[in-house]
Amino acid sequence: MNDVSKYTLFTLFSVLFLSYSVFLYCKQPKGADSDYTRADHGKMVWQQYNCNACHQIYGQGGFLGPDLTNSYSKRGENYINAFLQSGTNIMPNFHLSDDERNALLRYLKSVDQSGSADPKTFTVYANGSIAQ
Amino acid sequence: MEASHNNSRNFATWFIVTAMLLLCFGILFGLLGALQYIIPGFLKNVLSFEKVRPLHVSSVVFWIIMSAMGAVLTYVQQYNNADIKYPRLLKLQFYIFIGTIICILISYFFAIFGGREYWEFHPIFAIPIASAWILFIFIFFKTQRSFTNQPVYVWMWLTGLVFFLFTFIESYLWVFPYFRNNVVNDMTIQWKSYGSMVGAWNMLIYGSSIFLMEKINGSKTYSYAKIAFALYFISLFNLMFNWGHHIYTLPTHNYVKHISYAVSMSELYIIGRIIWKWKSSLSDARKHYHILAFRFIMYADVWVFLNLVLAIMMSIPGINVYTHGTHITVAHTMGATIGINSMLLLAFAVDILWNKKEHRDAKFIHWGSIILNVSLFIFWISLILAGINKSIWQMQAKPEPYAIMMQSLRPYFLIFTLSGFTMIVGFLFIIYKILTSLKVSNTLTK
Repeated sequence: MNDVSKYTLFTLFSVLFLSYSVFLYCKQPKGADSDYTRADHGKMVWQQYNCNACHQIYGQGGFLGPDLTNSYSKRGENYINAFLQSGTNIMPNFHLSDDERNALLRYLKSVDQSGSADPKTFTVYANGSIAQ
Repeated sequence: MEASHNNSRNFATWFIVTAMLLLCFGILFGLLGALQYIIPGFLKNVLSFEKVRPLHVSSVVFWIIMSAMGAVLTYVQQYNNADIKYPRLLKLQFYIFIGTIICILISYFFAIFGGREYWEFHPIFAIPIASAWILFIFIFFKTQRSFTNQPVYVWMWLTGLVFFLFTFIESYLWVFPYFRNNVVNDMTIQWKSYGSMVGAWNMLIYGSSIFLMEKINGSKTYSYAKIAFALYFISLFNLMFNWGHHIYTLPTHNYVKHISYAVSMSELYIIGRIIWKWKSSLSDARKHYHILAFRFIMYADVWVFLNLVLAIMMSIPGINVYTHGTHITVAHTMGATIGINSMLLLAFAVDILWNKKEHRDAKFIHWGSIILNVSLFIFWISLILAGINKSIWQMQAKPEPYAIMMQSLRPYFLIFTLSGFTMIVGFLFIIYKILTSLKVSNTLTK
């Protein structure tokens, strides 16, 4: 394999990669939520308190606490609020303000509406692929 | 001239020394995190898990990055038989990294987070990290003077350097509302960047391991061979396109998943080659077993095999549905970062830093590596078993509450905490002997 072939292949791969990247940046899988501006504040609260260290969204995150993707529809606002207000024997009470708690609830509502993270809802095909 | 030559080469070793200290921090915070799994509420009001986890993750990620940089900077000088072109810039790069890492670690104690999954710190710290990386690229390009007819490891170093910067910047696109305006969009780009970033630092590490293997063998045939470049391009293709397996269960574009599935299967070729070559690998192992650095490469080879089997299985969406969000993912991460990356990085540390004259120390390091690998295997298996149990739980029609499931996993958490503890003992044996031999040989102050 000479240098010309190597550089050609590398350039080809890089062009493909960059095109793929730009395509993904421009053609996002979901449009912005109508409720996005309100949910964004909650997302920032989520990140500010590093909730992902213990909780998962779509299976991504720490495993000390449960996956919260669909907690809003499964548990409801009051249940989540109770945890946020007092913590648990593992989760500290972060002493969130009312504004922060409401923002977090809006964020969890928005995450819940984006789809289901329940692995039971997937169909597995013989070729190894899946569909929901 | 000779003095400055030595100074510059030796300064690059400071990256590895610092990295080893970061590894010590990382494993201690890891142990603290494991204790929080088995003693619920442990240190809840002082150093709760949302602080301990980033302290652990960032310390070990910086161990990987700093020692990979140290290895590349040392080996590029050895390969070219030339000094670093701009030693002052090298020092500047080092001090920016050190200053930023200290600030990042301190920031966690004050609950200042970036809040992203996996590797996170406040976005302001990304600016000096990216700037120091640009300096690294500049120093490398100036030191590696020729770019024609180069061995595969030079290609791998260049690839790792450039793609790390690209993916690192990409991982901060979330600071723009456009990229975080929907959780699905945000996670798609996040795992695109993280998946490729790991591939980028692997390029730096695997490139250095090929350089080291050839140094041990005294032959340069492999790094110019067609097969070496074929494997390089397969790895590059995977670095670019196989990241989608992190997000199979995310309702993102289907083609992201199909591309990732197809590309990941190209790794079957690598695993097939490992099996095909096992006899010659064994004879290599016998030939070079007396060389301490080689032993770490040998351990890494075993972990490559084990982890690749797990990775390929997890890259099949139909299997990933069961393993995703369970401790099997953690087992894969631990196998990759400890079993593969850390073994190779310790091989570089032994090769570059260790004073090889002390036979007694060699035995100490050897036993440390045995304790480390046996403990890691038990640790890895306990995580897989915990993952299988969690997978069964999440597939139940009416699963028990999360806390009950976590309680049922307690025996596995106990095993991984105990094996984690003995793993730390193994690590400390090795680190202690390497660093004290450095003091004896006075390498850094010459």
